[in-house]
Amino acid sequence: MSTLEIKDLRVSVTTDDEDKEILKGVTLTIKEGETHAIMGPNGSGKSTLAYSIAGHPKYKVTSGTVTLDGEDVLAMTVDQRARAGLFLAMQYPVEVPGVSVANFLRTAKTAIDGEAPKLRTWVKDVNTALEELNLDPSFAQRSVNEGFSGGEKKRHEIAQLELLNPRMAVLDETDSGLDIDALKIVAEGVNRFRAQKGKGVVLITHYTRILRYIEPDFVHVFVAGRIAEQGGPELAEQLEAEGYDKYVKAAAV
Amino acid sequence: MTAVADALEIERVESHLHPEGSFEVDDHAVPTGREEIWRFTPLKRLRGLHADAALDGSAVGAEYDGPEGVVVEKLDAGNPALGSSGFVPTDRIAARVWHEARQRYAVTIPAEAELDRPVVVTVTGTDTEPASATHAVINAGAHSRATVVLRFVGSATLADIVEVVVGDGAELTVVSLDDWGDDAVHVGHRHAMVGRDARFKHVDVSFGGEVVRHDTTAEFAGPGGDIEMLGLYFADAGQHIEHRLFVDHTAPKTKSRVTYKGALQGGGAHTVWIGNVLIRKVAEGIDTYEENRNLVLTDGCQADSVPNLEIETGEILGAGHASATGRFDDEQLFYLRSRGIAEDEARRLVVHGFFNDLIRRIAVPELEEQLAATVEAELAKNVLATPASRGDES
Repeated sequence: MSTLEIKDLRVSVTTDDEDKEILKGVTLTIKEGETHAIMGPNGSGKSTLAYSIAGHPKYKVTSGTVTLDGEDVLAMTVDQRARAGLFLAMQYPVEVPGVSVANFLRTAKTAIDGEAPKLRTWVKDVNTALEELNLDPSFAQRSVNEGFSGGEKKRHEIAQLELLNPRMAVLDETDSGLDIDALKIVAEGVNRFRAQKGKGVVLITHYTRILRYIEPDFVHVFVAGRIAEQGGPELAEQLEAEGYDKYVKAAAV
Repeated sequence: MTAVADALEIERVESHLHPEGSFEVDDHAVPTGREEIWRFTPLKRLRGLHADAALDGSAVGAEYDGPEGVVVEKLDAGNPALGSSGFVPTDRIAARVWHEARQRYAVTIPAEAELDRPVVVTVTGTDTEPASATHAVINAGAHSRATVVLRFVGSATLADIVEVVVGDGAELTVVSLDDWGDDAVHVGHRHAMVGRDARFKHVDVSFGGEVVRHDTTAEFAGPGGDIEMLGLYFADAGQHIEHRLFVDHTAPKTKSRVTYKGALQGGGAHTVWIGNVLIRKVAEGIDTYEENRNLVLTDGCQADSVPNLEIETGEILGAGHASATGRFDDEQLFYLRSRGIAEDEARRLVVHGFFNDLIRRIAVPELEEQLAATVEAELAKNVLATPASRGDES
């Protein structure tokens, strides 16, 4: 039973020699089979949560815990977290010039599995993953994220999700910047992933649009570094109608 | 200025990019290190090449391998092939090589010949003393297609001149591979004259040697020529690798692309890249871009990078340059590591990636694999030599 457990997480970033607290005590438990949507206005700390779970050095955890099946995630290096079964689909995937997608995927898969994938099935798996995300097979020969359109970057993230097949996936605004066709393709990929046994998804988004294609089990409203409200899918509908105003005002008081 | 140099001048240009040349050694004072063209070079480590060290050594030998039809011959001093590229020494070392070279030879590719494999000249040094000097002339006949690889290995103190004449419509690639031992000192001058509608690609790969300094210059004999200069270097602790480039756009509708990429690791690793481009009044409709990128892998390294562009006509297609020196990009490492790739492996990927597109542009299949392997071997010296990775490998 995979469980990602975040308890009273406080995270700061250093700007201009000053520590600024972004997450002010976040508690959240994601069990396998569950999809949690985290929604909130810009600057509410949604992405900080994602990067903190993945271990980005910019974010300093000042207190709280993050565990995956009881293992202390915060004590792990970035790559250990990935090998433990965490995956972060990034809002702004990074260009790595000169490293082909094929080489990158194979290296990552080998690292995650602890052994090189079987060549024949691997090539087929890669081609299938690319095809399902409507990416041309020639995509594998391009440098990682270099010159990709916004939509290609996001679809490439989801191709990685499917190929690396983690236990817990955190998707950071994977829907932003996508047109409706690309959004559907990406959503189908996420749905294929979570249809498997033992998978958990944290879906971070600013908009309710993607929730029409990926239905969450739980919705959390993030405001000013805290969870301001929690509920089921109906909460997303309410946000669609009313926006974040009332939560933002409440937090400002 | 000599009569020959006078005759070669299209039009005098007052520019430090275009120093006056002279064949007379005495016209070139022994540099002090304060001169613009010497200020980056550790003169004390040149073993007297820049001053008066004897250049009569025979510790450097050359072997030749190439397809039939290519003519390789020794040249005597005064042979008109010497200087046929328009080369005029602009410093004391070049002037000394001009007069004192013990070995002079020509590699000639006949007109319209299309070589099916590269010509390979392997220059092997057996000792760092005494110093040696060589002078080569590579001549690609009109409409020929060829690749010439000059490989430098072993131990030596070498000053050399390589002249290149690319005939009209010819396509020539010259690869200079400095794969010296750690104790070699090599000061090289290369000059190319690129004919009408000809394509010249110069690839300069510098891995080995204690001090390596290459002056690489090129000009055009007619319109429509295309010059691509690619450089790949990897400086380790204590190593000095210096590239001084000058593309002289002497004809209209010509094109030049200069891309040099280097990595540095270890205390005292020093690289210098000077990229000079001159666009003369006559050179209307030309297109030039030069670029230098350095990846600093450890503390204690220094990368100097100076692009210079001098433009005497505005009637051009394009002119630009870029220079960047940086450390590992933390975001790239984070991205790779977030996919489970361990830190040392992530670094390895980034460095290979840094060089890969350049290696691909070299487009000499015989070399690609070898260059990738050499990059790997360089990385093994330092970047990967963390305690963790040694543990993994054992």
